[in-house]
Amino acid sequence: MLSFILRRLLIIIPMALLVITLTWALIRLAPGTFYSSEKKLPPAIEENIKRKYGLDQPIGWQYLYMLGNITCRTKGADEKTTNGLQFNVGAYTFKCLDFGDSLKYQGQSVNEIIRRHLPYSATIGILAYLLALVIGLTAGIIAALKQNSMWDYGSMALAMLGLSVPNFVFGPILVLFFALGLYLFPPARWGGVGAIVLPVITLSAIYAAYIARLTRAGMLEVMRSDYIRTARAKGLDEKTVLLRHAIRGGLIPVISFTGPALAALLAGTVVVERVFAIPGLGNIFIQSVLNRDEPLTLGIVAFLSILIMVFNLIVDISYGFLDPRIRYE
Amino acid sequence: MKGASLWRDAWRRLLKNRLAFFGLVMLALMAVAVILGPMIVYAATGFTADGIPENGDLIKSFPPSLRHPMGTDEAGRDMLARVLQGGRISLMVGVISTLVSLVVGVSYGAIAGYLGGKIDNVMMRIVDMIYAIPYILIVIVLLSVFGGQNTPAWITYLSSKIGGAGNQGLSQIFLLFFALGLVSWLTMARVVRGQVLSLKNQEFVMAAKATGVSTFGIVFRHLVPNTLGPVIVYATLTVPSVMLTEAFLSYLGLGVQAPFASWGSLAADGVKNIAIFPWQLLFPGLTMALALFSLNFLGDGLRDALDPQTRKF
Repeated sequence: MLSFILRRLLIIIPMALLVITLTWALIRLAPGTFYSSEKKLPPAIEENIKRKYGLDQPIGWQYLYMLGNITCRTKGADEKTTNGLQFNVGAYTFKCLDFGDSLKYQGQSVNEIIRRHLPYSATIGILAYLLALVIGLTAGIIAALKQNSMWDYGSMALAMLGLSVPNFVFGPILVLFFALGLYLFPPARWGGVGAIVLPVITLSAIYAAYIARLTRAGMLEVMRSDYIRTARAKGLDEKTVLLRHAIRGGLIPVISFTGPALAALLAGTVVVERVFAIPGLGNIFIQSVLNRDEPLTLGIVAFLSILIMVFNLIVDISYGFLDPRIRYE
Repeated sequence: MKGASLWRDAWRRLLKNRLAFFGLVMLALMAVAVILGPMIVYAATGFTADGIPENGDLIKSFPPSLRHPMGTDEAGRDMLARVLQGGRISLMVGVISTLVSLVVGVSYGAIAGYLGGKIDNVMMRIVDMIYAIPYILIVIVLLSVFGGQNTPAWITYLSSKIGGAGNQGLSQIFLLFFALGLVSWLTMARVVRGQVLSLKNQEFVMAAKATGVSTFGIVFRHLVPNTLGPVIVYATLTVPSVMLTEAFLSYLGLGVQAPFASWGSLAADGVKNIAIFPWQLLFPGLTMALALFSLNFLGDGLRDALDPQTRKF
């Protein structure tokens, strides 16, 4: 088990670098530049800009420079940047994880931007997923326990609704009813506990729906298996059988859904951040792609892909605890 | 006596499922409505979806009434006409993008599954790589690299066949369809590969090889038709997902551009005025929700009908 974990952890770094390389290639492929959105600049000015940002160097050099900054390299004496992790070894100064300064937001380093905007997205994202788990698991378990009853049909119909209404429609509808109609919550912006209720509910809707359906399907599927029959034959009451044994069948698909769900969650925060005017990372990311702000895009992509890979690893490890038949050599 | 093939059994099971039947009927109705609707509305009232009427200023943002059952938008255009027209684009997104992702995904997955070994490994690693990159980036790159002047000739040809020659906006929309299809084929490829892996050791494949059928023939004429069950199920799951993606892109301003509308772009426009003119968001939003609702029920029903081992879920 330990060697499995170590192997997976080690492979994260080259995979992340590969994703960064592909993203960098895509950004370079896309036409458009960060410095001129509508009008064309006079050639002399364009020359200067290119020279300042190192864009007049050969493309291979630019790629290696970017790669060196992101991983570790020695820092020359004339470089005054304070980004990234810097430490001294002997006579040399090393600089790691320097994603550079944002091209659009002058004077702000990418690391700083991510650090500043991450808490908003992270809070909403984590709370939304927790809420989705609570609602989804409860609804799914009840639906599976009382199969084909009103509870079952009702919660599955609600789940279907959650899947069918886009979140940029659902959010404003919630705002219309609860904020502008009933004055229960503020309609937008960050500040205080009340302000996160509506964004979190909006974001969690579709995931609660998926989780409810997955839990129900998973539980129904295991209810016919041998180990459930054994538990019943042992004389356990139905409730214990279902809540202690069958629930694992429901949890496994939910947990394997967590991986892709997190990736999608980050995209989902974009809409919520726009609708509720929250300064989160999702919005910054979309803007950076549209602005062709290469350092910021690469930084966010690197951060997100490492996060996703670590989470996938945690998910895979937890499989082993839930289903004893799964073992990793 | 009617024959009893597997497909007929599946169809019968599908029809018995009331929710799926409801979804099917609803979708059929919507398809008819969006195909014929704009023409009927135009013939009956003269309202079009994209042209701004001359008295637009006088009737802009009107609430629903007898004359405008869904109200008017900010420029005075009739919302009913816009929603019906938008339905055309939204449903076309669903169909065409899913077709693209089907063709690419099934071919890729079938080839990877059949060839196996190192080639399969490499092909699946490539899928993982693409999976890791944010799809927004890919869509933006595809749209900007192949957009505007660089639109491939066959896309312009297709759009001119459907919308009339010289229709620049429509060819951009077709480009969007293909771009969306190109980012949604990944799961399909995985599913098909799994199916092919389990099918390729069966006897009919051995028989085909023994009679000298080429690799291409085995993959596309023997294996692929036997993967149709899960493929159909995933296709019906891809349609709503692609429609939601297109709506999301339109919300960001990257999807369908004016004067064309899709449900997503209509909803995005309507969000601005939700406090004062809520119908501008509610009608396109609810119509889209209804379509997705029906599609999801249909997808569920198809899954139950085509996979006889699963009990009624």
